[in-house]
Parts: sequence; structure tokens; C-alpha cells
Amino acid sequence: MTPVSGVGPQELVERGLAAARGDGCVIVVEESTEANLRWANNTLTTNGVARSRTVTAVSVAGRSAGVVTRQGVATVAEMEDLVAESETAARAAVPAEDAAPLIGGDATSGDWDAPLDRADIGIFAAFAPDLGASLERAARSDQLLYGFADYELTTTFLATSAGSRHRFDQPTGHVEINAKSGDMGRSAWVGRSTATFRDLDMESVHDDLERRLEWARRTVHLDAGRYDTVLPPSAVADLMIPLYWASGARAAADGRTVFSRPGGGTRVGERLTDAALTLRSDPVAPGVGCAPFVTARSSGPSSSVFDNGAPTRPTSWISNGVLGALMQTRYSADLTGLPYTPFIDNLVLDAADPGGDTNHLVAATDRGLLLTCLWYIREVDPTNLLLTGLSRDGVYLVERGEVTAAVNNFRFNESPLDLLRRADAVGTTERTLPREWSDWFTRTAMPPMRVRDFNMSSVSQAS
Amino acid sequence: MSRSVDPSFRALPLDRLADAALSAAGRAGVAHAEVRVERTRVGHTSARDGRLESDSDGIRAGLSVRVLHEGTWGFAATSGISVDHAAAAAAEALEVARISAALSTERVELAPEPVHIAEWVSSFEINPYEVPATERAEVLIDWTARLTADRRVDHADASVTTVQEDKFYADSAGTRTTQERVRLHPAVTAVAVDTGRGTFETMRTLAPPVGRGWEYVRGRGWDWDAELESLPELLAEKLTAPTMDAGRYDVVIDPSNLWLTIHESVGHATELDRALGYEAAYAGTSFATFDRLGALRYGSAIMHVTGDRTVEHGLATVGYDDEGVQGQAWDLVRDGVLVGYQLNRAMAARQGLGRSNGCAYADSPLRVPLQRMANVSLQPAAGGPSTEELIAAAGDGLYIVGDRSWSIDMQRYNFQFTGQRFYRIRGGRLAGQVRDLAYQGVTTEFWGSMEAVGGPATFVLGGAFNCGKGQPGQVAAVSHGCPSALFRQVRILNTNDEAGR
Repeated sequence: MTPVSGVGPQELVERGLAAARGDGCVIVVEESTEANLRWANNTLTTNGVARSRTVTAVSVAGRSAGVVTRQGVATVAEMEDLVAESETAARAAVPAEDAAPLIGGDATSGDWDAPLDRADIGIFAAFAPDLGASLERAARSDQLLYGFADYELTTTFLATSAGSRHRFDQPTGHVEINAKSGDMGRSAWVGRSTATFRDLDMESVHDDLERRLEWARRTVHLDAGRYDTVLPPSAVADLMIPLYWASGARAAADGRTVFSRPGGGTRVGERLTDAALTLRSDPVAPGVGCAPFVTARSSGPSSSVFDNGAPTRPTSWISNGVLGALMQTRYSADLTGLPYTPFIDNLVLDAADPGGDTNHLVAATDRGLLLTCLWYIREVDPTNLLLTGLSRDGVYLVERGEVTAAVNNFRFNESPLDLLRRADAVGTTERTLPREWSDWFTRTAMPPMRVRDFNMSSVSQAS
Repeated sequence: MSRSVDPSFRALPLDRLADAALSAAGRAGVAHAEVRVERTRVGHTSARDGRLESDSDGIRAGLSVRVLHEGTWGFAATSGISVDHAAAAAAEALEVARISAALSTERVELAPEPVHIAEWVSSFEINPYEVPATERAEVLIDWTARLTADRRVDHADASVTTVQEDKFYADSAGTRTTQERVRLHPAVTAVAVDTGRGTFETMRTLAPPVGRGWEYVRGRGWDWDAELESLPELLAEKLTAPTMDAGRYDVVIDPSNLWLTIHESVGHATELDRALGYEAAYAGTSFATFDRLGALRYGSAIMHVTGDRTVEHGLATVGYDDEGVQGQAWDLVRDGVLVGYQLNRAMAARQGLGRSNGCAYADSPLRVPLQRMANVSLQPAAGGPSTEELIAAAGDGLYIVGDRSWSIDMQRYNFQFTGQRFYRIRGGRLAGQVRDLAYQGVTTEFWGSMEAVGGPATFVLGGAFNCGKGQPGQVAAVSHGCPSALFRQVRILNTNDEAGR
């Protein structure tokens, strides 16, 4: 296919900066290619390939910023127009509260000049035949498969007029498969992250799905109530991500989040749980690596366009059970008197003394529930970060260390902070795909966790 | 005022792009091909405590080609808009269809649709991009400053998102449509912090997002001054309101809350792609399965729900959908019984339903069109009661105003919602706010408990900008109109109890 443009991203960035006439300028170019396949009822439903270039120009005029993003910028003239447009916006703009000097020349990363890699539908060359075999296997076994395979390669170029230059290549791939029995009465789900689509063993994924469908041959009805519950890593990720998103320092300092200290200030330094758990982000964490610099296409409570290009460093949001840091802009760090700890696009939870995988936690459970994953998680009460949501695609009864039956789905009401307090067994951290939030946040590594008295508020008839 | 599509969009070589893609696809012998060229401008501005927090302006633009080749779809898209890009996208879409054919066991066919050559523009007066650039920021700064000037308000946020969506669609049958839609969503939240008790409360405006222009911010269709003036007292009352025991209560639900319950429990449940399992691995399926069409008792006999893509100022209102199907209106639930679904052309043909009712939509030129939600609305009762009369009929119960938290299971049975404010009803009159409540229900039980719907004077067109569906994920804006309504014996939760406090 024809490349998106004749002018390369590196040249566009430099020509954009050269055209800048204001008090400062940031250019962000994002080159993205994507391919996906989707299937349902054992047949393909949709597919697609997409290529895009998205360019953001931030121009500074005094304490004001003009922020303009355009897709498809193809020529130097269009790039110069974009910079001029952002300068016009900056000159007209009301002063920005987060105004700060742009990030300077000592902040650089990545191989700026390396050629661009692009994805196309060929990424599925090995995967598609394996998927086809799985669809046929399902049809033979009176099962129905539903799912999605997606691969995206995004390269970000970020430069500031103060001299900062960053480049980061981020491949993101995942496959999700939901298997249902022919009568739709039993349902199971498996999700896997992959950066290549060449490392997936579809046969073992299908074996895993079948094992779960077999577990559901016997079903037991359980009423709503509080149950000791084993949460696999995906479910833990889906509960920790809202906690991370709620950790803005500015809002906490304003007194309006669960991390606000009664009487004023934030709860940084306060013990949240007796468990030796650490919730952290690290741009070079193995398997979940992400850009080691800040990219902000707009300002907001926890982002600032003036911070573009600031390096990110390993950050412990919760350190051995103590609230260690909140999500900051340089502006909010100044307001709160806390270190500048910006958002990082991955999240890892680990225990000081981890104890095996999900199967180990099940084996060590006398009576309780095993979840597969969670769904439709929303904040009910920001004062305690109470969340609601549902179990999905397999809740199992554990008796004397073994799965003995499938049970009905539940609606839960729980706060992730309470879960950290009530975790009585925490396993080994592994790379996992968050089922609920994977559209927005995919790079997580989480342990399985057993939580005492998990609040299943009501029964859901969904199967 | 009669408007036409933005001349700068019309200036793109739309017909030449279409010709390049459709002729390339035609040479390859596809049964059907379509081209979309889109440019969507999204502006977002926010203010906090009388100061500007954020102001940005973005355009998503590009073109896509979708082909139906030997019964299998193929889709390719690019942010480059040129004749070469269009021809290359057609070739790549064909390649995607060929690779996909091996995984397809069903042959896709399309329901027939007349050929349309048309231009269509949504109903608005002032394009938000034609007002002075600083007005957005100044309005929001003023709104938040007014609120924080009141000693009962500690913090205030205001934001406005403005969208201008221009779309060109052409297909191999000969349809060519060019459309422009404008919508915006202003919202303001006031926050009170009780440092002594170590807690806080918020109160958000009820003003819905609308398919209108900047005139909405200036007061056409909503009285911003009155609503902003009311927030400090409403917030102060909520902060000190008593909590209440969980239990079963009769409730009157205001349109500002009920629209979201309709969205989740009726809108999504009557999407045929969900009922057929296409969303099973992601958004979920529906209890309202196809075999129950015409038979499923959805709610009480007074329940009449329509789908439409035609209502003035509706967020899902279009002239033509993203498969070239003209916008229509139809019944989904009539006399309490499921009688219709939301369709696209492939599903209408597959299920033998005749013409599509025009619910195909893609949120960007880079995404394939899916069946997305029409404006799904609960109809009022002609000559029906006022909200005050419904409250009087409730006798002892609750009145719920404004949406807040929402969640529903993947087959659309079990839901839980909170609100901006809950009022106690005693002796048929409002008796002050109560707090820390949520309502939970099962869809058909809940709608079955609807005893009365309000008259047309209580009807409000609410809605959302952020309805998510599909993989890769897409976001759509949709409106839901409804009257106030009375429900008997709804399960009310105390959220403090739920949190184990």
C-alpha cells in the first residue's frame, strides 16, 4: 500500500520546529498501523487494516498555549500551517494555569533516525490458520467461539524547541477468545497479550477454554453474599487500574478523592494496607515496557502539555502497603509539594512474599469462589472508591482445594483499597490482559489474589 | 437557518476519491464496495476554580474502503486523503477480504436500499468553530468562578466538548451522500469538601449533550444561569442529607436519570448484533433474543419505546447512515412487548427483515461501520401526569434526579445506577434529599413495575457522548428522550452498607 506520505516523520518534526516563531513549541508525531480480525459464532465478522499519522503542535505565547492536533499531515507546507495555527491559538488564549518552561535538551531517548516499521494484515500469517483450525475444532465439539485479534504498532516522535528529542516504538497485540457451549449455557474466556502473533499456542488456549467449559458441566446456584474469592491476575488488573486512575494529586490535594487527607493535604505516606504489596509503574518493566517520557496532547487534572518530553522513572504508587506517590504534573507537584511523578502507561502489583499462580491459590482454598474476569466496572462512590461491576464468563465453586462446579454470575460492590486490606493470599505476578480496560490500558502485570468476604451484592442471570 | 456542508470539506476531491476506489474495486469484481471520507473536528476546553485548565482542538480525518468480495468483508483505511490513497486502500481491502475468506463460513448479503444522492446538515444555528476562540474558555472560567464565589462551594469544574463531523459516503450502487453534524456537551460540577468529617460531595448540571450549536451554551434550549444558581444550595443540602436504609421503595425517576437506564436496559438490549452474538466476547449479548421478537414481555403495557435517527437535535440523528441507508423511525417496544431491533444491512438481510432501519455508524474514518445505537426513547402518555402528580401518586418513596454511576451485565439483565440526587417522598410530596443510595434491578422486572409515565410536558431529550462498543473500540453519541415515570417497589441499596462501612 502507498505510504501515508512522502515526507518522513523526522523531517516533519524538524521542519515544524524550524517554522515556529512563538515562545516555545512542541511537536508530537504519531505514526500508527493496525490490523485486526474479529469473529463470532465460529465465523469471521469484521476485519480491517488502518494506517494513520497524527500530529500535535503545542505553541507557547507568554503563559498561554495553543494546542492543535491534525490527522493526515502529509507535506512540509501542511506542517508549517499546523504550527502557525497553534501559534494563532496560543496568542488568543487565556493564560494556562500549568504554564512552565518546556523540557530541555538533556531529555532524549530512542533511536530517532531508525526507519519506520509498519504492520499489515500479514501479521496474522501464522495466526490465521491456527485460528481457522480452532474454529473448526469448536464446530466439531458443539462449541461457539467469539473473539478478537488486534495488532497495533505506534511510533511516537516528540520534540521540543528547548532541544528534547524522544522516539518510542510501541507494539501492542492481543487476542481474546470466548467459548460457549452450543446451548449458550456455559461460557469461558481467555485473553493473551502478544507483541508478534507468532508466540501464541492456539491449541493450548483452546484446551484451557475446554477445561473451563468442562468445569461448568456441574452447576450450583449460590445466593448473593460475601465469599472468600480467588481473583485471577486479569481481574486484579481490572480493579487496580481504576485505583491508579483515581490517584491524581491535584484532586487529592483539593480534598475530593479517596486519597485526600481529612483536614487537608494528601494521604501520601499513610499506610493503606498491612499487606506488603507494591503497586508501581516502570517504563522498562519486563514484558510491559512503555514510553520512558511524557506525551500530553492536552492538559487536564493529571496531564500538562508543558510537560511533554519529561522523562519518566520507576514510581511506586503504593510501596509495601504505604501510599508512596500520586499522579502529578509539574504544576500539581509544585502545588502539593510532592515529587513530580507523572502518569506511566503500565502498572505492576507485586507482593514481597508471593505464593504461586492461580491454581496454587485455588489448591490452598477450603471453600470459596474462583472468578474468570470482571466486567462493566464503574465508580459508585468516590469518597471510598467503591466500585460496582459483574463477574463474567465463568465463576466457579472451590471446595477443598478443587473446582467442583460453576456457579451463577454476580454483581459486586467493592473498593480496590478494601481488597488490598482483605487480601489473605497473594500469588506471583505475571503479565496479564485486563478484560474490562484493555481498550485504554493493556500493559499490566498482576498476581492472583484471594480476598476474604468479597461482596457479591446480587445475582446476575447472565450466563 | 438553512445550512450547507462546510465548504472546506466539500473542497476535498470527494467524487474523484470515490471514483478511484470504486473503480479499483469494480475491476476486481467485488459485489459491493463503499468509500467513506471523513473529517471530524473535536474541541475540548475545561476550567477549574475560575482558571483555564485545558483547551485543545483536534481533527481526525481520513478515508476508508470496504468491499464485499465473494461474501466476505474486507476493510482498509488511512489518514491520507488522496486519489492514490483511495486506490491503494481499495486494493488492500480486497487483500484483507481474501485472507479473511478462509475464516468465514457465512456469506454476507446486504438488504436492498434505494440509491440516494443527497446533502444533509443537522439542525444548529451557530457553528462552535465560528465563535471567537476565547469565548469557550471565558464562558467556562465565568461559570466556575460564579460557583466558587459561593461559600458553600469549594471547587468547581466546567468543560465543553464540541464536535463538527463531516462525512462523505459513496457506494458501488450509486449512492453518494455528504453530511455534516454538529453536537456539543457542556457540563459543570460543584464540589463541597467537609474537612471536619473528612468527606466531600459533588453536584453536576443536568444539562444534556445535544445536537445543537454554540447557541446552546448561550442559553438556547437550556437555562444555564438558573441551573448554575441552583447548584450551591442543592450541593449543601446533599452534603448534610441523612442516609437511608436499603429496601424496596416506590420511585419516581426524572428524565435526567431515566435516559441512562433506557440506554443500558433497552437501547443496548435491542441491538440485533448483540442478540445474534456478534458482541458476545466484548460488549455482550442480549436477553432479548431473536426468537422472542413479537413475544417477549419487556415491561408493563404502558411501555412504548421507539428507535429513530430523525429527531431534531438528536445525537444519533443523521440523514443517511454509514451504509447509505436513509434515517428512519420505528417501534422497539409497543404495549410492553418487544417488536423491533436496531439493524444494519447485513443483519436485515440475514434475518429476513427487509430494509435496514439505518443504524450503521463508524466513529472514525479508520473504523469499520458497526450497528450502533439509534436515538432510543420512551414515549410519554398523551395527557399524562406531571412529575408532581407522579410524586403524589408514589405517596411514600424516592424521586431520583440526574445520572451518575451506571453498570449492567453482559446480557442486560442486572443493572445498578446511582444519581445526582435522591429525594425522599413522604405523603406524596418531596421531603428533602437523602444520600448514599443506588437502585438495582432486573430489566424486565423493572420495566414491568412501571405504573405510570408522565405527559409530554415532562419529556426531556437526554443522552451521552461516550457510548462504547465493538472491537477495536468505538465511541458514539446518542440521545434518549423520556418522560418522568413511576416504578413500584424498586430495590434501593445503601452504598455505605455495600462498602461495609
